[in-house]
Amino acid sequence: MRRRIFLFAAGGLALGAGSLKPGSARAEESMQAAIAKVVGKAKISEGKVTLTVPSLVENGNTVPLAVSVESPMSAAEHVKAIHIFNEKNPQPNVASFQLGPRAGRASIATRVRLADSQTLIAIAQMSDGTFWSASADVVVTLAACLEVI
Amino acid sequence: MALALINVPAQAKRGEVIEIKTLIAHEMETGYRRNQLGVALPRDIIQLFVCTYNGAEIFRAQLYPAIAANPFISFSTVATESGTLEFHWTGDKGYSVVQSAKISVV
Repeated sequence: MRRRIFLFAAGGLALGAGSLKPGSARAEESMQAAIAKVVGKAKISEGKVTLTVPSLVENGNTVPLAVSVESPMSAAEHVKAIHIFNEKNPQPNVASFQLGPRAGRASIATRVRLADSQTLIAIAQMSDGTFWSASADVVVTLAACLEVI
Repeated sequence: MALALINVPAQAKRGEVIEIKTLIAHEMETGYRRNQLGVALPRDIIQLFVCTYNGAEIFRAQLYPAIAANPFISFSTVATESGTLEFHWTGDKGYSVVQSAKISVV
């Protein structure tokens, strides 16, 4: 019985120590949750997707981002959607793009905000139900979202 | 209003993959910022962008506060027939803008 109590206490300590670690573990979890919402239980494989972002940006308010996916983009085999997630912004979603065989080429570009140096993930959803991903690390010197007007 | 900039080639060959670029003036207020009095500024973003080609939807994007102000979106499509491309932006506070561009396919 005593041992059980001790184990409980030790577990609690370990949990406490975990939450003291630097970095926002919570945001990361919510990124995993956001990805799970889109992907479900399907397996995400790495590859096929190219995520282009500068590795060092001065201003997190506008970061150019481009995603392209290797796919013939035919009626039988095409990219259905491209989802972009981030690790440390207040919200894990960045954008979701729905395309189809009429796109001709699976490549999109936009500009995003980054609140911190972090990892971005692009996930492509194929017409056959598979998911492919690519990730990129970005170092941000001036963060977005923090400034007071 | 010179609100939106759209870049679509005026002429394209049939079956050619064309690149479409769009840019629209919008603050994309995230909802996470505060003013000097510490009052949170309500979120005001464009949530949805849809592009139709002669009425058929070819591209759709869900945007979140992580998209930079003045959202720029670039994508591509196959030039199938002459006609009109329509661009719809919808968002918070009843925001709704529609612009169109003509393309002639030879």
